[in-house]
Amino acid sequence: MGMGLVWHQYRYDRRTFWRDPASVFFTVALPLIFLFLFVSIFGNQTTTVQGRQLKVSTYYVPGIITLSVISATFFNLAISVTISREQGLLKRLRSTPLPPSVLFGGRILNSTVVTLLMVVAVVGIGRLLYGVAVPTATLPGALLALVVGAGAFCALGLALTAVIPSEGAAPAITNAIILPLYFISGVFLPDEVLPAPVRQVADLFPVKHLFQSLLTAFDPNVGGAGVAVGHIAVVAAWGVAGLLVAMRTFRWTPRGD
Amino acid sequence: MRNSTSGRPTISVQGLRKRYGQQEAVRGIDLQVRAGEVFAFLGPNGAGKTTTVEILEGYRARNAGQVEVLGVDPAAADRAWRARIGVVLQSGQTQPALTVRETVEQFAGYYPSPRPVQETIEMVGLAEQAAVRVRRLSGGQRRRLDVALGLVGDPEVLFLDEPTTGFDPAARRNAWRTISGLRQLGTTIFLTTHYIEEAQELADRVAIIVAGRIVAEGPPAELLTRGRRDLQVSFQLPESLTATDLPAGLDGELTVRGDRVELRTPTPVHALNLLTGWALQRGVDLPELEARRGRLEDVYLELTEGG
Repeated sequence: MGMGLVWHQYRYDRRTFWRDPASVFFTVALPLIFLFLFVSIFGNQTTTVQGRQLKVSTYYVPGIITLSVISATFFNLAISVTISREQGLLKRLRSTPLPPSVLFGGRILNSTVVTLLMVVAVVGIGRLLYGVAVPTATLPGALLALVVGAGAFCALGLALTAVIPSEGAAPAITNAIILPLYFISGVFLPDEVLPAPVRQVADLFPVKHLFQSLLTAFDPNVGGAGVAVGHIAVVAAWGVAGLLVAMRTFRWTPRGD
Repeated sequence: MRNSTSGRPTISVQGLRKRYGQQEAVRGIDLQVRAGEVFAFLGPNGAGKTTTVEILEGYRARNAGQVEVLGVDPAAADRAWRARIGVVLQSGQTQPALTVRETVEQFAGYYPSPRPVQETIEMVGLAEQAAVRVRRLSGGQRRRLDVALGLVGDPEVLFLDEPTTGFDPAARRNAWRTISGLRQLGTTIFLTTHYIEEAQELADRVAIIVAGRIVAEGPPAELLTRGRRDLQVSFQLPESLTATDLPAGLDGELTVRGDRVELRTPTPVHALNLLTGWALQRGVDLPELEARRGRLEDVYLELTEGG
């Protein structure tokens, strides 16, 4: 039991993930396509964004990492767990000796591994193609933001499954929540172009705070360990709330069972 | 060969009741299943079969009654108990992207002492499909995979909820062979079905459930004699004759539907003698003449229609 069984479970979750063309496209390919697109659309000169002197690519690398973390955790879990529930797989697993913690552990480990692969890919492409510096002094800030961000968005993805009624509704509901947040949180476009009230709405949600904590760690002008304490705290608070909601509302059986 | 329950029944249910809102799905069921027995729960759709079996599997809470499976209340069961039961739900589902072998391996990993994966796959006749992804399996093959997943933990009790619904006759025969094979291994089996032949073929004991109550229970052969002991004589009325031409003195219950004559009689020899003499005298044949003992189906229909 313990880690051995989580690893066992992970092996099958990993295969299921990589054999699904939709999850590979949206979680792995799309963030990389966005990185290429944004840097080629907006050029790679140095500009001033949110009072920071940055190259365009240095802005988009943490942006695309934010996108990758959320895709691999929130998006992936909300959809795959809903599908497993509606198809009756979760119900079936409940009558086996598999502990629920291991079931979730396998899915979360898969999301974490995909997140790590994407971070390495995005940082690697940023460094090789666009000369974006890999955080060194600010590495603690980057790692802390990643760990807290991945954990929080896993919890939020599991919490969201309770309000998704069916397999078919899962991608639509998840996208309807997350796509507008990407746009108003500065992930796709610097949010200075947005009216102040819209930015204030974005301040309430964790997407912007995850992005800001990663941007802080990637900004070459930031000294120290690059830990954006306030932003990371907001992300962590959302994660705790998500975990509590998930633990209270999680359903094992298909609707109508 | 397994005596972990030493004398106590493997499954014991007393006064089980379950309500959904205003609707009472199970209205006071008592039953006992002994170790190594194949027990069939036979009844029409909506009779409460699945509700009962899902209470026994630990899925559903009950409103009243005592339930023990392997000496444990399923509502308070732990991992160790789950390792000793095997479950085949009415509608099973597994990851469509995994192969048959991967799926069985995955489930095998959950159990402390699983049955070997290859052996399990062979038991349900999926050896040729072992490397095929679940999404490419036919409906019957998926159902066999469900059975494999119920077996892979090498359970002491196996719950089968309508295991052959939707099978063609050949596939059903194969499934029956698999289940009979498990009986040889000493596995206790609790089976629900709405196929009478399935209960008759597989079960040591059958309980017939109608509208949440058990209306008859016993070995299939005994259930038969509990119904009418009469023999049923039937034939087709010759074209030239009508029902009014039939001989007088036929003892029993006579029904004529179109040209089909059915007689349930406690004195079949007398009735056949009378009928064949009558036919010879009239110089006609009695097409499709047949005399047979009642089948479980007749008992079942009597009970379910009455209920």
